[in-house]
Amino acid sequence: MSETATPDAEAALTLTQLIAHEFPGTVRDSHNHRGDETVIIKREALHRVCKFLRDDERCKFELMVDLTAVDYLEQGRDPRFDVVYHFKSLSLGHRLRLKVQLNEDDLRVASIHDLWDAVDWYERECFDMFGIDFEGHPNLIRLLMYEEFEGHPLRKDYPMDRQQPIMPLREVEERHEYGRKF
Amino acid sequence: METAPLEIQKHEAELQESVDHSSSVMAIEIGPSHPAMHGIVRFTTYVDGELIVDMIPEIGYLHRGFEKESENSKWIQVTPYTDRLNYVSPLLNNIGYAMAVEKLYGVEAPRRAEFTRVIMGEISRITDHMTCLGASAMEVGAFTFFLWFIKAREYLWELVEEVTGARLTTNWTRFGGNATDLPDGFLDALQDRLDKVKDVMDECDRLLTKNKIFIDRVKDIGAISKEDALSFGFTGPMLRACGIPYDIRRSDPYSVYEELDFEIPIGSTGDCFDRYLVRMEEIRQSISIIEQAADKMPVGPIQTLERRVHYPDKKDVYGNIEGLIDHFKMVMEGHRPPAGEAYLPVEGGNGEVGFFVVSDGSGDPVRVRLRPPCFNFVEAMPKMTIGHYIADIVPIFGSINMIGGELDR
Amino acid sequence: MQILLEILSIPLVQSLLKIVVVILLFAMPLGTLMTLMERKWSAMIQDRVGPNRANAGNFTGNGLLHIAADGLKSIFKEDTMPEGSDRFLFLIAPFFGLIAGVATFAIIPFAAPIGDFKFQIADVEPGLLFIFAITSLSVYGAVLAGASSNSKYALLGGTRASAQMLSYEVFMGLALMGVFMVYGSTRVSDIVDGQNQYWFGSLIPQWGVFTQPLGFLLFTTALIAETKRAPFDAPEGESEIVAGYFLEYSGMRWSAFMLAEYVAVVGVASLITTLFFGGYHVPWLHLWTSAPEWLVRILQVLKFSLFVIFFCWFQIQLRWTVPKFRFDQTMALGWKKLLPLSLINTVATAVIILIFV
Repeated sequence: MSETATPDAEAALTLTQLIAHEFPGTVRDSHNHRGDETVIIKREALHRVCKFLRDDERCKFELMVDLTAVDYLEQGRDPRFDVVYHFKSLSLGHRLRLKVQLNEDDLRVASIHDLWDAVDWYERECFDMFGIDFEGHPNLIRLLMYEEFEGHPLRKDYPMDRQQPIMPLREVEERHEYGRKF
Repeated sequence: METAPLEIQKHEAELQESVDHSSSVMAIEIGPSHPAMHGIVRFTTYVDGELIVDMIPEIGYLHRGFEKESENSKWIQVTPYTDRLNYVSPLLNNIGYAMAVEKLYGVEAPRRAEFTRVIMGEISRITDHMTCLGASAMEVGAFTFFLWFIKAREYLWELVEEVTGARLTTNWTRFGGNATDLPDGFLDALQDRLDKVKDVMDECDRLLTKNKIFIDRVKDIGAISKEDALSFGFTGPMLRACGIPYDIRRSDPYSVYEELDFEIPIGSTGDCFDRYLVRMEEIRQSISIIEQAADKMPVGPIQTLERRVHYPDKKDVYGNIEGLIDHFKMVMEGHRPPAGEAYLPVEGGNGEVGFFVVSDGSGDPVRVRLRPPCFNFVEAMPKMTIGHYIADIVPIFGSINMIGGELDR
Repeated sequence: MQILLEILSIPLVQSLLKIVVVILLFAMPLGTLMTLMERKWSAMIQDRVGPNRANAGNFTGNGLLHIAADGLKSIFKEDTMPEGSDRFLFLIAPFFGLIAGVATFAIIPFAAPIGDFKFQIADVEPGLLFIFAITSLSVYGAVLAGASSNSKYALLGGTRASAQMLSYEVFMGLALMGVFMVYGSTRVSDIVDGQNQYWFGSLIPQWGVFTQPLGFLLFTTALIAETKRAPFDAPEGESEIVAGYFLEYSGMRWSAFMLAEYVAVVGVASLITTLFFGGYHVPWLHLWTSAPEWLVRILQVLKFSLFVIFFCWFQIQLRWTVPKFRFDQTMALGWKKLLPLSLINTVATAVIILIFV
């Protein structure tokens, strides 16, 4: 629900209007289907908008709730991927869904790991499942799958019954870096 | 990654050269098969004597492809998969998924269904907390506490079995209502069992809450500050133990929680002892919620009467043509929620269990996503553990209540 | 017949027979019984039944046959040895604990002597110092097992074990200083006889627990930590370092560790009974002046056994009631709390003896 807690003298702006006001030209689309306020923004503006959402007094989104992606290959939609961000504000009580639409041949988006600590693993999982490259992420390796896995499982063109090649057992000690500084 | 023996030797030689022989850091694997890693997680821990200096978690050992599987099923066929997500509180997952799809449809379940969902959901929450507290107490050494809680949990699972037919794989909610109604005499049996559970809670409380050895083990261990907790996306009992009263049943009320009166226990420091106390108190609050809901239980249908959302009654299926057609279309084609997307957060045993469902109007789900609460906790595990001893990994990890099915899906 | 009596009167033969009787009829049976009773008594606390399935045909004996079943199972299991371990040390490590646990019974008296015949294997002058020496020997078992298995978890367990056992030996010794002062001797039979005196004329026996209450508590704590029983079983880990120092052992060698632990439980109970609860002296039995000697001896052995079983029960139910200490908390408890307390105990005892006696 998009409610601002304090009824100000100015008219209560919805979050969509707020974002469109602060970052003109970046909002592609928005809707409020079933009460979930959703804003689709341009990829270049992502980091700025997220920082605004976290810090501004009228938004105050302390909690980055979810970060995932949706593949619309079967529906034949042209920006094939949707990267979906959910936010929640504990102090003001509202939620927001932010979307960035990506094409298959340009599957990159800025990483927001410096804004919330939780984003680190969510972006790794998104990369693992969909192959989306989060630029600026310090450690973008697979999370749920093992390192030698080929392909990105949650894409629609990855068949469910595909067999992976069998890996030989790897040595555990190679993973321990004894020379690193702590 | 098959390296020839010569390369391994070269690799080792490089390691030896780069090794700082003056340090005493040893890398030890608190590995996937370990008695205390319930649900399989691997921590590569770098220790200096017994002090932990770094930790790298690795997850994904229980990844079963829940999301991919649900894209290849019908909407109603995903419900059994949701049981197996957080397998100690399956009804909360069932309820969350059913309510998310109901949000897509725009229908609501009737009042009696909502009240029974509240009762079963809170029973699930109690079993979740009991499993978490019991297992972590057992690993700290209080084995008797664990077994008494298991005894209390058995009483509750017998109740769940009476209603849904199974203790763990309940598969109970349908879109627009529930599959079965409460059997006769259930509410009396409920009150009787809840009294027994309260007795067990009192006994266990006397055993452990003021015990100096236990308090020494868990006080000031694994503390995390409010800002860090919010940045890591904590929800549920872990966030409430840090002092932030965020409960989805209060902040984004769903179902009939607005009519029920309960308190939200919060802690102060966010260490393991506060989480233990928060969970113990939440069990008592859940018992109170169940009693209130049982008192206020209305009579009525347990499934919505909207066509194309619920299976019609058998007397309609065999009685009139509309029921027959509805039933046929539902079984052959499956549910067809209108196109759109919905995210519904539900207060699970661990925190915010959010189902994000995307539909395109055909009968196949485009995306079914679970937002796993314990994902954030395991992500924050290095932050909570570095600076403590090896023996502290166990209470910290126990207080996180990591459920493998939910973490890896 | 005559030759038999002559052979039996040789002290060496008597000692050997006493060793056989004490070990085979007291220490070992009670130790193996404790392996079962641990499971039964813990089940009683935890609202369940415990093992009751092992049977030979129709006879289950309420679980008694589990002792035999466990022993047979361990014998038939594969005896693994980790690759890269030090073979010799790995092989000899289990036996230190066993030897130390059984050797504790050498100086424990079971009944009052009949004439020249003592119900005690060796009544040496420095009786209690022998105990200290033997428990020091048992440190080797844990340390060698931990160090020689090629495993990090075992190494952690062995390190913890060595630190813990060495520290708590210090307090064990200090706690007994008071006992030496009160009864005036380190010879065990003197201490037991000293507990046969009464205060207020035949009312309260001068047991160690009444003359040295603080010493009793400290000694019990130190011994429970010495045998690595809960709540001091950090070296045994069981949740963080899976099994600690005996991680890599299987089959009969692992059984040797377990048996050593349970024989030590019985040994600890015997020591506590002997030093603090009057040993074999039945209180107020001297009032029955016309009791025949053989009856008195039997009653004494019964009283001793009852107290031993009671303290075994106490240790077992202590394990299942309290959570475990973290390792640095064990060390802190020892050095920061027990050491000052035992020193205070020694000084206070000395002062009281000087002033009042």
